[in-house]
Parts: sequence; C-alpha cells; structure tokens
Amino acid sequence: MAIAELLQQHNLTEGEYDQIVQILGREPNLTELGIFSVMWSEHCSYKSSRIYLKRLPTRGPHVIQGPGENAGVVDLGDGLAAVFKIESHNHPSFIEPYQGAATGVGGIIRDIFTMGARPIALMNSLHFGMPYSSGKVAPTRIRGEKQSQHIQVSDSSTGEFRARNPELKTLKPKSDTRHATSETQFSSNQMILEGVVAGIAGYGNCIGIPTVGGEVFFHPCYDSNPLVNVFCLGVACKDRIFYGRATGPGNSVIYVGAKTGRDGIHGATMASAEFDEDSKKKRPTVQVGDPFLEKLLLEACLEAMESGAILGIQDMGAAGLTCSTCEMGGRAGTGIEIDLALVPQRERGMIPYEIMLSESQERMLLVCEKGREERVLGMFQKWDLDAVVIGKVTSNGILTVTDRGNIVACIPNDALTEKAPVYARPAREPEYLRTAPLLETDQIPEPVDYNDLILNFISTPNMCSRRWIFRQYDHMVRTNTCVLPGHDAAVIRLKESETLALAMTLDGNPRYCYFSPRQGALLAVAESCRNLACVGATPLGATNCLNFASPENPEVMWQFIETIEGIKQGCEYFDAPITGGNVSFYNETMGRGVYPTPVLGMVGVLDRQQVVTASLKNEGDVLLLLGDTRPELGASEYVSYVMQQDLGPTPEIDLAAEKRLHDLLRTLAKQRLLQSAHDCSEGGLIMTLLEKSFLSGSLGWKLSFDTNLRADLFLFGESPSRAVVSCQKTALEQVVGEAQFAGVPCQQIGEVVPETLKLSLQRKLRFDTNLATARAAWLDALENVFKT
Amino acid sequence: MKVGVVVFPGSNCDHDTYFVTKTVFGQECVFLWHNDPALKEADVVILPGGFSYGDYLRCGAIAKFSAIMDRIKEFAARGGLVFGICNGFQILQEARLLPGVMLRNRGLKFICDHVYVRVERNNLPLTVQCQPGQVLRLPIAHNEGNFYADPELLDRIESNRQVIFRYCKPNGDITDAANPNGSLHNIAGVANGQGNVFALMPHPERASELALGSEDGKHLFQSLAYWVDRRMAATG
Repeated sequence: MAIAELLQQHNLTEGEYDQIVQILGREPNLTELGIFSVMWSEHCSYKSSRIYLKRLPTRGPHVIQGPGENAGVVDLGDGLAAVFKIESHNHPSFIEPYQGAATGVGGIIRDIFTMGARPIALMNSLHFGMPYSSGKVAPTRIRGEKQSQHIQVSDSSTGEFRARNPELKTLKPKSDTRHATSETQFSSNQMILEGVVAGIAGYGNCIGIPTVGGEVFFHPCYDSNPLVNVFCLGVACKDRIFYGRATGPGNSVIYVGAKTGRDGIHGATMASAEFDEDSKKKRPTVQVGDPFLEKLLLEACLEAMESGAILGIQDMGAAGLTCSTCEMGGRAGTGIEIDLALVPQRERGMIPYEIMLSESQERMLLVCEKGREERVLGMFQKWDLDAVVIGKVTSNGILTVTDRGNIVACIPNDALTEKAPVYARPAREPEYLRTAPLLETDQIPEPVDYNDLILNFISTPNMCSRRWIFRQYDHMVRTNTCVLPGHDAAVIRLKESETLALAMTLDGNPRYCYFSPRQGALLAVAESCRNLACVGATPLGATNCLNFASPENPEVMWQFIETIEGIKQGCEYFDAPITGGNVSFYNETMGRGVYPTPVLGMVGVLDRQQVVTASLKNEGDVLLLLGDTRPELGASEYVSYVMQQDLGPTPEIDLAAEKRLHDLLRTLAKQRLLQSAHDCSEGGLIMTLLEKSFLSGSLGWKLSFDTNLRADLFLFGESPSRAVVSCQKTALEQVVGEAQFAGVPCQQIGEVVPETLKLSLQRKLRFDTNLATARAAWLDALENVFKT
Repeated sequence: MKVGVVVFPGSNCDHDTYFVTKTVFGQECVFLWHNDPALKEADVVILPGGFSYGDYLRCGAIAKFSAIMDRIKEFAARGGLVFGICNGFQILQEARLLPGVMLRNRGLKFICDHVYVRVERNNLPLTVQCQPGQVLRLPIAHNEGNFYADPELLDRIESNRQVIFRYCKPNGDITDAANPNGSLHNIAGVANGQGNVFALMPHPERASELALGSEDGKHLFQSLAYWVDRRMAATG
C-alpha cells in the first residue's frame, strides 16, 4: 500500500509522518504507525487546543489535582476529596446512539474510580437537533421572494399569535441562524435522543450510580451532530488518591477486566474527523458497553486499592492499551514492557496492531508492587474477572511491546505524549459576526395575549420539563440525593461526613456563545456559580467540556480561543479553578458545524442542613426578585421562538453584581431565611416563576409589580445575575435588609397562592391561568412526542 | 434484630440497605456474599435491589443459582424471614419463593419516580407497624416491575390475601392511572402463603430519612425489628 494511502487511513499528515521518522530515527512499522496515529489524534493529543488550554486557571486552595490526570481532585474538608471530570462521547453517539452514550458513561466512571474514588453521581449535558417544531410558525412571505420553503408550517396557536401580530410577517429571516427542520429530521433527532437517553440509563442504572442532573438543549445545529457530555463525581479519602503512574522499575503491570476484541479500533481517530455521508459505515468503531462487568471492575478495583499493593492504575479508554501504557510510563518517567501474547483476547488471530488499538471497554491497567501480585490477582478472581500480569515497569522511558518475545513496537513514551505535535492553527473572527443581523427590540411587537403565548412557549423543546428524560435515569440509588433533578443544582449528601453536602451543575448556552464565544463562556461560568449559590453552595472547582466544529476552520479556531478567554476570566473571577476536562473538535457533518458549545461543570460544598431548593413551599410566602433586569432580548430563547431565528447580541454581564448576588444567596441560605431560590436563565423571569410553581406541584402565585420596561422584555429577557426567592412574611424584613446590605436590587413582586397563576404588570392583568393546565402543558410536552 | 444483606455480583442497593438498617435504625447488619452459603445467623435475610448478573438473560434468572440461594430456601422453609426489594423481588420469583413474574413496564421504559402504595395487610412481619390501608410514598426504579400471574394463580394470590401493597393514588384509591408499570391488580408487593417471605418493587430504603424527601419506608424496617424482637421475647 502506498504510504500516502496509509497516512490518509490513519489520519496523519505527511509532516507528521516525517516527524515520526525523525523521532524514531527509522521508518515505523505498521503497529507503530497505528500507535502514533491514535496518540497523535486530536482526541488524545489535544494538538489544536493544548497551547490555549494552558491559559486556564488550574490552581486554587482546594485543588489537590489539576488537569493531566484521569480526573481532577478538590479538597472537601473532613479528610475527604471530590474527584470529578466531564468527557464527551459525541461522535460515537451519532453513529450508534445507545452504545455511544452508554460507553461514554462507562468511560467517565472508570476515570473516577481509577483515582481511588467511589463514584456517587453522574450528570450529563446533551445537545440534539429539534425533536419537534418550536413555535410552528405560520407561512411567512418574505418581501418579494417566494414563500419560504424552509420554515415549518402549522396551524398551532403560535400561528394565531403571529396572526394577531401582523408586523412579524414582514420580517426577513436571513443568515444561517434561521431554524428550519424537516419532518424526517425531527424523527432522526427523536431517534438519537431516545437512543442516547436509553444508553445513559442502561449503563448508569445498571452500575448503580445515580444520574442526578444535567441539561438538555435543542437546536438545529445539532442535527447530525449530537453532543453527549457525561460528568461523573466520586468521593475519596484525601490521603488515598491513586494516580496513573507506572512507578518503580521491576514492578508488575497487570491487565484486568474484559478481554480484548477487535471492537473500537481507531475510535479515537474516528472522533478526530468530521463526518460525511458515509459516517454510518463507521459503526464498527463504536464499542459495546457491559455495565455489569464494569460494576464488578469498580468493586474489585476499590478493594484492590485498599490492599496497598497497587501503585498506579489507569483505565483503558480511548486508544486502549496504547494510551494507558505510554501515559502511565510517561507520567512516572519510566517505561513499560508488555507481552501481547499474555493479553486476554476475545477472538483468535488478533495481530499486535489490533490488540494495541482495540478500544474494548471495561479494562484497566494496574501497576502492582513486585511480590504482591498473587494477592491482587486473587481479589479480581473473587469478582470473576480476568487479571493477568502482562509485563513490567522498566527504567528506560520506552514503551516496548513484544509478541512471544519478538519486539513489535518500541517507542519512547515522550514521543507519544509530550512530543506529539502541537498546532497554533490560524484563527480568524468569523464572517457571520459581521453580517448576522442583530435584534432591534422594536422589531418585536408586544404580544397581545400572554396566556396563549406563554402556554405555547412552555411546551417548546427547550422550555418544557425534562421529566421524560430523567425519569428513565435512576437518580436516587445510593440514597444520597437530597435534591431531585429539575432544580438549579443537584445536591448529594456525603454519608462519610456529618454535615457536608455537595452541589453540582452543568451549564452552557450555545446561542450566547454563537454571538460572542467569550461572553457566552463567561456567562456559562457565571450561571454555573449562580446555580450553586441558589442551593446555598460555594464553588470549589470546575471541569469543562469544549465542543466545537473543525479546528482546521480558522473561524472555529477563533471561537475556541475566545471561549477559553471567557472561561479563564470567569473562573478567575469566581475562584473556580478548572481541574480537568475534555475538548471535542470536528463536531461537523457535511460542512455544517455545531455552535461553539462549552459546557461548564461546577462543584461546590454546603451544609446539608442549609439546602435551598427552587420549588415554592408555603401559601402566603412572599416572592422577591433579586438583581437588575436590563432591556435585552438578544440571543434569548424567546426571540428564537418568536422570530424562528437566532438574533444577537448576547446579554451583558456585570461580574461584580453577579458576585454580590451569589454572596447574598449564600448568606440568606446560611441564615435559613429562604423558602426557595431559583435563578433566571433561559426563558427569562417568566420561566423562573413558572418552574418554581411547577416544581411545587400545587402552589402558584399572585404577582403584581411595576417596571419601566416593556412587559415582554421584562418577562422574557435573559439578563443574568438575577434570581427569584421566596420567604415567609416574618422573614421579609431581614431578607430585604440583607439584600440592601449586599447591594443587590430587591423587588417584592407578589405572594404564593394555591392552584392559580396570576401576573399583573403596571396594574394590568397579563397572565391568568390555572396551574394544573399550565403545568400539564410543560410537563407532558416532550413525553407526548414519544407516545405511540 | 440481625439483618443479612445478600451481595450478588451486580447488586447495587446493598450498601443502601446496609446503611438504613445499621445507621438509620441502629440494627445489627452483615453482608452475605452470594458464593458463601453462610447466613451468619441473620434473623432477616434481605435480597437488595440492583442488577444481579447484569439482569442478563432475565432479571434474577442467574442469581437464583447462587450458592447462597439453597440456604435461603432452607431458611425460608424453616420459617425464616426473607425480604426482597426490587431486583430481590425478581430473584425470589425466579427462585419460586414468591408467586408471579415481572414483565417489562408497560411503557417499555425504565421508571424512576415516587409512587404511592396502599398497605393491604398489616399482620405480616413487614407491615405490622403500619395502619390498615395506610398509604406510603416510596420511590420506584425499575424496568421490569409489571407484575403478572395467570388468572388462576392471580385468583389464588388474591384469595390467600398474599398481596401486601398495591399502587394507588395519594388518597388510597386503586386506579389504573396510579399504576406506573401495568402490574395486574396494581400489585406492588406480595408475600408467600406462610407470610415469612415477602417483597416489593418500591425501595423503602430510599425513603427512610427526611433528608431524602420521605420517611414512609421506615415503617417497614421498624415492623421487621418489632416482629423479630417480639418473637425473641416470646421464645427467649
């Protein structure tokens, strides 16, 4: 085979090949070429992102382990540490939704227990194309042009809303932010959504780790580019953290878990290229998960670690045996020598190339103290697992692979890790930022009938309840879940401590990032910290998953660099260092890429007696709006709904005001003055108010207040740094006093009443409906799509 | 009371059940390894929830062959108290210690949610501290909890009064809307004819602390402790 063809198959450039020859001082053999190709893939090497990731703040008083290990570690106090990380499994989930998502869960769980932590919580951030039409806009005649063929036509009441607001019809949708989805695309998106959710449930439920929260966002840019980001958190004793280091030459290298098969060969390489029409043919690069085997592996590894004989441990994820051997050697400055004939194999006749590149799931590599192998092997046998000594640690810094004594690969560790190529790819401000239309507020007519509008709005894909999804996840196993899914942040109590609870959240808004990657990333950090503050928690550390289109596109590279700057600024400001994460490029199919989609995972601590949830609690409680509402509708969910097009600009943020709000929320939680707290985010103030009521089930509100803003701006605008809290009447004076002292604007807006929702602005009744009707519209919208 | 919690490969509510009995209710508790037939003199053997053997083949179908199951059968035959929760229920059915089978939920989806169940019998070791007709709010988390028995067996179960819990509305009404998974006669829990082997699909161990949102599950653990203590006093 010609070398050019081989390189293309391995996704390596000629320049990279020359570099390999230079490092080795010779031509690589096929096995070695395969090893280089996976280790130098974007997925494993971070070659396009590495120089920028270094800019992120990674140190802080609570950080025990920052980026570079299998997961980040923060100090919780009481001798405990939280180990957490987020990872993407985007490409496999498009090709094979169930298994792609399931093995994503399996992979991140291994990253956590490999550090010696027992995994206690999972979350996920999912992005899909629209599963059904949002808005269902009436036929739109564009000035002088033929009727748009792209815009969904329907007779829904939003159409009526538009009919009553005829000015809307004259607007001209343009730029690629216009929403246009066909019925075939809806059903394809539904299939991916259903498969991914089932895959996450299938793996997480079986292994017995609760899926406690997350986020789901729908947008046409995720048609054929679904994003599946999975977060896992574990708890360990602070002084018993394990690392992926092959220490001590002479010590034994042990392989445990599933047998190696031909599945997943070149998975990492697959995840490092964009998709085309033949992508479905890549299905064999997706692995099949076995959560039961991983449950055994988890229990056995934690037992083996207790024995004291394990010196280093790493899971075999992307790039399998290759990655674990060279990384463990690399981190410890040692080498590893393994004999492939000893590796447990699922099928006959596998060649070294296949064994080294297999991504069979549920496998771990351990380094065990010389002389204590029998004890360790016995522990795995107890759990009916394969465990075999396959090699030893050496002092030469070289990965040596033999097959029945013959050397089949011999590569210095650092050639695969530190010396992997690093690119400063060209970056350029995207053209669309200069041409995309910005919203003029007066483009949007003030709605006439808010009842109808709101009832429709709350049943759109991005606003409706996620119950259909999280009901499929076991979110209560391990009996630690204090706050069920659907609130601002998940809260998990720690049985190991008398007082501690952990709060965690995943946040991001791709639409904000599209119009300003830097601002959008900053807002994501702010929102994740605000969500923690709402439940009463203080951030300790963060992880991020950065999902982008092809880095070979300078405009995407610019989005990426700007995003890093936004995260950097936010994490520095809110004292939330990044302890690890993941970059996923090439989320692009047939030239159509995703919006820049950074997902922030934030972890904080609180006293478990002081947890505040979002739902209304008692009739007669007072509702207060904290923070300033500015006249901004840009990049909001409402604009995309009404205009069927995304229009910027991204909301502004005053970091100092944001921080004041967080401090106030925590102070109020500590003093137990609040009955509930919920921040304002997608959908604006009205969604915050409605969700507070819907989550309670039976309590509504009677609101009446004044504003200088137009009613729709006030209700749907997405100014950050705001929250709605409720308190008992007797606590009102204290709450208002604390807000004044903190310098946070505080407006009394109404009170909690049973069963009804009534909202008056400027003494005019705008919204008046029965709670049960509205709640059903919100609760059942997604579920109805999947009812047969 | 001394409780033995069986650990099968793939059990995942074993720690939760241990924690509730030991820490929340202050009872003696030990783990029983599936491959080690010793019951360690437990007064009550609990088969916890989870996915024993990955629920491969059929829920509980492989676990019934574990070495410990023979001892559990002997224990039950002597009148020992055996309590199954969720997957434990399925295993007890597979082992023919309890009647009926579990089909997939009628919606063909895993369901994790809070439901209400009505106590149909309060003269069993599991419910002796409950009021007649008491409604309990408990979580469910299963994919195969759709109780099925052929008409003849179902009649027998009903006429023997083996049904302990039925899914119901918060007010205790037994309706189809209150039935989350399609179980015949809304059955959520049953006992054997002698009343010493019993199980339910909901998870009382997840609802025994206020911090977790419901304490209704504690009635069941308190019932067991009360029953065992009373029996000890009687024989002691």
